[in-house]
Amino acid sequence: MTLDSNIPEGPIQDKWDNHRFSMKLVNPANKRKYSIIVVGTGLAGASAAASFAELGYKVKAFCYQDSARRAHSIAAQGGINAAKNYPNDGDSVWRLFYDTVKGGDYRSREANVYRLAQISTNIIDQCVAQGVPFARDYGGLLDNRSFGGAQVSRTFYARGQTGQQLLLGAYQALSKEVARGQVELVTNTEMQDLVVVDGHAKGIIVRDLRTGELSMHAADAVVLATGGYSNVFYLSTNAMGCNVTAAWRAHKRGAFFANPCYTQIHPTCIPVSGDHQSKLTLMSESLRNDGRIWVPRDKDETRRASDIPEEDRYYYLEERYPSFGNLVPRDVASRNAKERCDSGFGVGQTGLGVYLDFRDSINRLGENAVRERYGNLFEMYERITDESPYKVPMRIFPAPHYTMGGLWVDYNLMSNLPGLFVIGEANFSDHGSNRLGASALMQGLADGYFVIPYTIGNYLARQTPGSVTTEASEFSQVESEVRDRIETIVNLDGERSVDSVHRELGRLMWNECGMERNADGLQGALKEIPSIRDQFWQNASVPGTSGELNQTLERAMRIADFLEFAEVMCTDAYERNESCGGHFRSEYQTEEGEALRNDEDYSYVAAWEFNGVGQKPTLHKEPLAFDHVPLTQRSYK
Amino acid sequence: MKVTVHVWRQKNASAAGKFVTYPMDDISPDMSFLEMLDVLNDRLEERGEEPVAFESDCREGICGNCSMVINGTPHGPMRNTTACQLHMRSFSDGEDIYIEPWRAKAFPPIKDLVVDRGALDRVIQAGGYISVRTGSAQDANALPIPKLDVDLAMDAATCIGCGACVAACPNSSAMLFTAAKISHLGLLPQGQTERMERVRNMVRQHDDELFGSCTNYGECQDACPKGISINFIGHLNRDFLKANFLKVKNPRREVESQ
Repeated sequence: MTLDSNIPEGPIQDKWDNHRFSMKLVNPANKRKYSIIVVGTGLAGASAAASFAELGYKVKAFCYQDSARRAHSIAAQGGINAAKNYPNDGDSVWRLFYDTVKGGDYRSREANVYRLAQISTNIIDQCVAQGVPFARDYGGLLDNRSFGGAQVSRTFYARGQTGQQLLLGAYQALSKEVARGQVELVTNTEMQDLVVVDGHAKGIIVRDLRTGELSMHAADAVVLATGGYSNVFYLSTNAMGCNVTAAWRAHKRGAFFANPCYTQIHPTCIPVSGDHQSKLTLMSESLRNDGRIWVPRDKDETRRASDIPEEDRYYYLEERYPSFGNLVPRDVASRNAKERCDSGFGVGQTGLGVYLDFRDSINRLGENAVRERYGNLFEMYERITDESPYKVPMRIFPAPHYTMGGLWVDYNLMSNLPGLFVIGEANFSDHGSNRLGASALMQGLADGYFVIPYTIGNYLARQTPGSVTTEASEFSQVESEVRDRIETIVNLDGERSVDSVHRELGRLMWNECGMERNADGLQGALKEIPSIRDQFWQNASVPGTSGELNQTLERAMRIADFLEFAEVMCTDAYERNESCGGHFRSEYQTEEGEALRNDEDYSYVAAWEFNGVGQKPTLHKEPLAFDHVPLTQRSYK
Repeated sequence: MKVTVHVWRQKNASAAGKFVTYPMDDISPDMSFLEMLDVLNDRLEERGEEPVAFESDCREGICGNCSMVINGTPHGPMRNTTACQLHMRSFSDGEDIYIEPWRAKAFPPIKDLVVDRGALDRVIQAGGYISVRTGSAQDANALPIPKLDVDLAMDAATCIGCGACVAACPNSSAMLFTAAKISHLGLLPQGQTERMERVRNMVRQHDDELFGSCTNYGECQDACPKGISINFIGHLNRDFLKANFLKVKNPRREVESQ
């Protein structure tokens, strides 16, 4: 089949406006006849569900947490980008668009990114009106900072808790619609499978995590806002419960998975302290605005960091990339840290860390100014490591953080399965092979507040409302498959804890499909994954029953999906014989050690079609065209 | 280090619960408290025993999922710290550690350390929002807001909705939680239109959920992992009195009853 991205005709500046005009509308009186299922209540899911409900659609929203407010968007610290140009420093929609395409290393769709930049300004207006307490200056106007490799200050923030405040804004909008009876919110519930009727996504099967009960839900459209798959690495900055299950089940039902090998490794996380580590903690990359990254020049340095004089410190980012310095994009910063540590210059007990030093900023700005900007981050660091960043440099190391890949969607955010929409981190669309800082919150809210409320109408207007109910035989068929799988897993009676299997998979993926990959390693991983999967099915232990709150069972089911998903991720990484953004194949690099793209052969979106567990998926290519941002080798020198 | 943990085990809401003791050897002081429980659960699973059910998700102190009383204190001994951010170095070698769920009438038990905190969501649904439709906002800088007002609103908005204030309160009151949202929105110009209606509806819901009244013990602010001040309950009380004194009508209910 051919993948049609459905990008509207016309000049890029007018595409979205024209498209909004040409899309079909649902009559206001008819909207209440349509029902929409939204899975996930993070920034994308909550904002979409609230916006659908305001329009008059009947909405059912599901989340696995005990409250919609706990989705992992809440943990985003740094900020949200918008092309407001309030600081008058030369920002514009065009510049945000340009930066995002370039930052994504030319592997995103220009039309989508342009729309994202256009909408970015509306998001800030919307959030302020909801009461999001963004930082302000003494004149009472909104404050901005530069963030994550941008040379303009376009990032809006609320202390180090921007994600929390934006999510609470969306959660409150959602709560308003729950109170109005427009949204039925179902918490403590995890999607188990997608139901496809006559080629259209028409419902889902969910499991109540507290009672184990399965239930079937039908709707006129299904929206997945289920986040990313960083937990395939076991150790990541994602929340413990983040998983690929909903996306993977949709993939197994026919939705294509796009660019799964594009994963982002965040440069500023707290280093691992031991084998007991359950997750990694991110320190906002805004720290790089005022912190200077360095390692000792001497491998055998034994002095304390604060005693090492200037000439014995190697500020490697500042020296290697004079114009961007510590603010190079995430992939560049991460790889350089790894390179220093691999060469034996790492700091800390494990040698897997580099210094992020605030000494000079504290001297220049005063401790209070630094506290004002990063106080809560410093506290968090001190709680975890027992060291005060006001006195000694932080130690940081890269960690898996965000996944640019996801289910394939067209310009309307609809997957190749009609009726299945995918928004936020769960889709692949806007970040190419590398996401810029403060752009995830922007994309999640753009999709939820300002894109899908229009585009879903265009699909619904062609559907007869309520045409499919849970009476359709497909529902009971899928439900019984789900039931069988759960019973198989809950009866696993081996000797290994499910987490130990997950750790084994995570280690393999980190080593072979992490920050740096190569063909041999990926081949090896593809051979090894099936044997880890066998370990799981033969030797995992899942105590308890399926008819109660059983957290081991929940984890086991998620891990079972990661064990299948890992293969398409490695396959994608293996087949993409180039380096781009977060996908760094060590065979393909410039003399300076930068990612070396192959635009001739790989300027496409790789969308994979499922062919069965352990079977090689089929590759479908969506070619990418760059008419507005000239293809260049990224250089941050 | 070695510790002995005594964990509240309760099969479900109708079963009786009891403390079960687990000796834990070779615990690293750099482990987080929840990682110590992960180690315990790993061992229980490998023996085919049911692990301890407890909630946690972000493990960065921001999602508000983790909820356990440790040695009598919600979230444990370290101030301004959630259980997930607590580390074993806060305990001494050989210490006995007692772990219990939140206990409050409004939080029915589910299993082990997990309780149902849906009541907090329903308090927000009663009015903890500003009614602005998507797309109807003016330019974000059209309305300057004094920095100090926003900073104070942010202090309140930082609430993570964990429920530690309820667990700490001898009356099981959720006044600090409710006051934090009322103050966050009431301190901002955008929140003025619905301010009086909001406080009446949220307080009514709070009481309907069987949370107790506030009698100024102040345990809530001590237990709050985000350091939210009890002063915000003063904001709530002032608004609540004013709303009742002014006999502010509830436009939504008026319309509904017509």
